[in-house]
Parts: sequence; C-alpha cells; structure tokens
Amino acid sequence: MIEKDVVIVGAGPAGLAAGIEASKAGANVLIIDLNIKPGGQLFKQIHKFFGSSAHRSGTRGMDIGMLLLREAEENGVEIWLKSTVIGLFPGNKVAVEKGLENEAKEVVTILAKKIIVATGASENVVRFKGWTKPGVMGAGAAQTMINVNHVKPGEKVVMLGSGNVGLIVSYQLMQAGCDVVALVEAAPKIGGYAVHAAKIRRAGVPIYMKHTIIEAIGDETDCVKEVVIAEVDDKFQPISGTEKVIEADCVAIAAGLKPTVELTRLLNCEFTFNGVFGGFIPLHNKNMETSVEGVYVAGDATGVEEANTALEEGRIAGIAAAQSLSLIADKEAEEKKDAIWKRLEMLRLGPFGERRLSAKEVVLAEYLNKVGMPQAEIKLKG
Amino acid sequence: MSEIMPDDMIVCRCEEITVGEIKQSIREGAKDITGVKRRVRAGMGLCQGRTCEKLVQQILCSELNICPEQTGRSTARPPVRPVTFGELAEGGVV
Repeated sequence: MIEKDVVIVGAGPAGLAAGIEASKAGANVLIIDLNIKPGGQLFKQIHKFFGSSAHRSGTRGMDIGMLLLREAEENGVEIWLKSTVIGLFPGNKVAVEKGLENEAKEVVTILAKKIIVATGASENVVRFKGWTKPGVMGAGAAQTMINVNHVKPGEKVVMLGSGNVGLIVSYQLMQAGCDVVALVEAAPKIGGYAVHAAKIRRAGVPIYMKHTIIEAIGDETDCVKEVVIAEVDDKFQPISGTEKVIEADCVAIAAGLKPTVELTRLLNCEFTFNGVFGGFIPLHNKNMETSVEGVYVAGDATGVEEANTALEEGRIAGIAAAQSLSLIADKEAEEKKDAIWKRLEMLRLGPFGERRLSAKEVVLAEYLNKVGMPQAEIKLKG
Repeated sequence: MSEIMPDDMIVCRCEEITVGEIKQSIREGAKDITGVKRRVRAGMGLCQGRTCEKLVQQILCSELNICPEQTGRSTARPPVRPVTFGELAEGGVV
C-alpha cells in the first residue's frame, strides 16, 4: 500500500495551499483531483479580485492559480490528476480511482497519516418547467465553458440570479461573444456588488427585478429556444398575466452553491446546518480539524466563501497537519496560524464578509461545545 | 409555488422522479430526505442526490412546513463517485 504523510482531496486554492504549507514543513504530500488540470475554479476567474493588497487584490484569479501551481511544484508536492477519491475508510485509508496515462483507470488504496478534505462546492439548481432541458446549466458551468474550454454555451443567454456570480459571469459571457438577453432576479434588489451590476447595466442588459423563470421551452430537439419569465409578488409567487417570452438558447442559473461533503459524511464527522455557508457542513476547530482526529477540512467544503478564504484555510490545515506530525515546532506553527486567522478576519469584512465572520465564529463555538477534542478513531457510518 | 411547480416536473433527473411522486411519498409518510429516497428513489441514481437533494428539501419544507435542517441528509456510502465493477475487482480496496 502507498503511504503518505498528508493526502489532500482537491487541487483548488484550499488544497494547493494546504499542500504547499505541509510540504514546506517537510511532509510527504499527495494531492488528488478529478480534473484534467489543477487549480480548481481559479483558472476560470479571468477577472481581478477585490480586497486588500495582502490578498493580491487587483490580481486575476488565473494568475493566483499559476503562482500556487509554481509554489506547489517548487516544494515538491505530488499531484494526481484525473483521479477521484471514491471513499475514505477506517485507519485513514483513502480509496482512489487513479487516472492512468492511456485514459485507463485503476483503483488504489493509500494509507495517509493525515487527510485534508478540500472538495469545494457544487452549484444549486432552481426548478422550473423545463429545467432539465439541454441549454439549462449552472452559471459556473457556463463560465467554465467560455473561460477554460473556449466554447460558447449558447448564443442568447438568460441569467437567473444577480449575486456576484450572476453579474460577473453575465459580463464574461458578453466578452466571449454571447448575447445576455436578460438578467432575472426574484429579490427586489441586486444581490452582488453595485460596481458589477453597473457594468451590466451600461452594456444594456435588460434587468428584470422581482421576476423569475416560469418555463424553458424546447425546440424540436428539446433544446431551449424560449424562456418564459414572470413578475413575482412579495412571497415570490408568480403574478399571472405578467408573463413575458424571451428568445434564448441558454439559461444560466446563479443560485448559490452548496459544500461538497460526502467524504466527511462518510467518516461520520460531526455536522452542523449553516444557511450562510450553504447548508450542512462539517464542524471544525481553529486547526481546521474535524471531529475525527487527523481529518481536516478547508475551503468551500467547510462553507461556501471565496478563493482567498479557501486559500488561507488551506494554509492553516496544512500547517496544523504538519504540526501534528511534529514537523513544525508548536510555537512556530501557532504563530503562523494566528497570523492567518488575523488575515481571514480582514477578508471577512464588509456587508458580505461580516455575515461569514460571525457564522464562522458560531461553527468554531459549536465545535468546542459538541466535540471539544477530536476523537481518535474513524468510525464508518453504519 | 404550485403554479411554477407542476406535478409532472422532474426533480431527480437520474431516476426521473417527478414533483408529484415526491409529494405522494410525503403523503405516504416520508418526513425527510431519506424517507423520500427509500420510497421513490429520488437521489439514488448516478449523482447520488448531488443535484436534486436541495429540490427535494424544498418540497419537504413546503409540504410539511418544516425548516431545511429538519429534512435531514442522505447517507453517504462508498463509492461516492461512480466506478466500474471491473476497476473495483482489480484494485485491492481495503
């Protein structure tokens, strides 16, 4: 059986940062990712990030991805791509469907001293009549198509949701040559930053506030050809008689994300429900360690936030894992982690960040109450 | 809600389970995600509920007038992603 000091699931910002920190401390690190390239969602972030200079504001997500990859390489982090973790088993065993060079796959088991779960999040869907038709997709999927694969998801796009993802992806769709024919939002006000909304407005995209999608109508091949929208009342119920038919071949849904948590569920980690973070999440302490000893979480898998917070949480998990392997002196590790928690506080500021700051405090407090100290034995859910 | 959620609308694409079938399972006694899953297989397909779990949750909430955390969550079991029997048989998994 292959043995590693630290096995990290997911090569996004959290996983890469965790790998870099653990490896710097001298740990033998393996990162496993199911995609063909590492970087998670960073390489589709062609826009400049907001925030403080300590967090590379003004830098494009894709450039942060390049920096991380270089740092991982320089520190000797091993990355398996096209490889999927299919299970975690008692005794810190990680089952992997490993991608081989000839597109073949083989199932291997790795013995890991420490496991860091950085599996990210997946997009929420919204159901309306016809939501399963070809042409309806997550806004994040549309963004991957244009920015990573250079394929237009459609010619005329209706965007549902005016959060930052909906706004930014709308703009990028236009840059890619798509026509964004409507931005539909059920709430009475724009969800994301005003600066992004202003860009969309200036570009002439019709914005329908207090509206929702009623139906996606398909053509003879069932692909989307028209989208029916309608105004909603204060209880978000469509008002009959306000329907409008818009010609479109793509619907992009920007309705938030939910943490990907199967692996931590599998280990029977203590969970909590947190609306701010997108649903059920594994509890963790200030080491990012779950209720199960030696199993850490970082990034969106422990609550949906953004790339910079994922990166910083990943660093903490990597340092804490190395510390528990006695690869870093306690004093040095504590100083490093403290500095990162301070930076995280700076990231969790402003109208969007403050809610996440207090939600994080709730999660940490609940861990102390419910768990106290992580439990040594991994129990498989019965 | 009923107006934009007709009974024939698909909720679980993998198993092709409709709003109507899920509502029926709730009338038959399903009280949470697992209860619906056991009765009509919503969330039992290839994606294991990654797409539809929140939709089933919404229907449970509106039908039973409960909040999302009361709908529970489905049980995770390995393999958490699809893998062929051949690969499993050849690889020495635990």
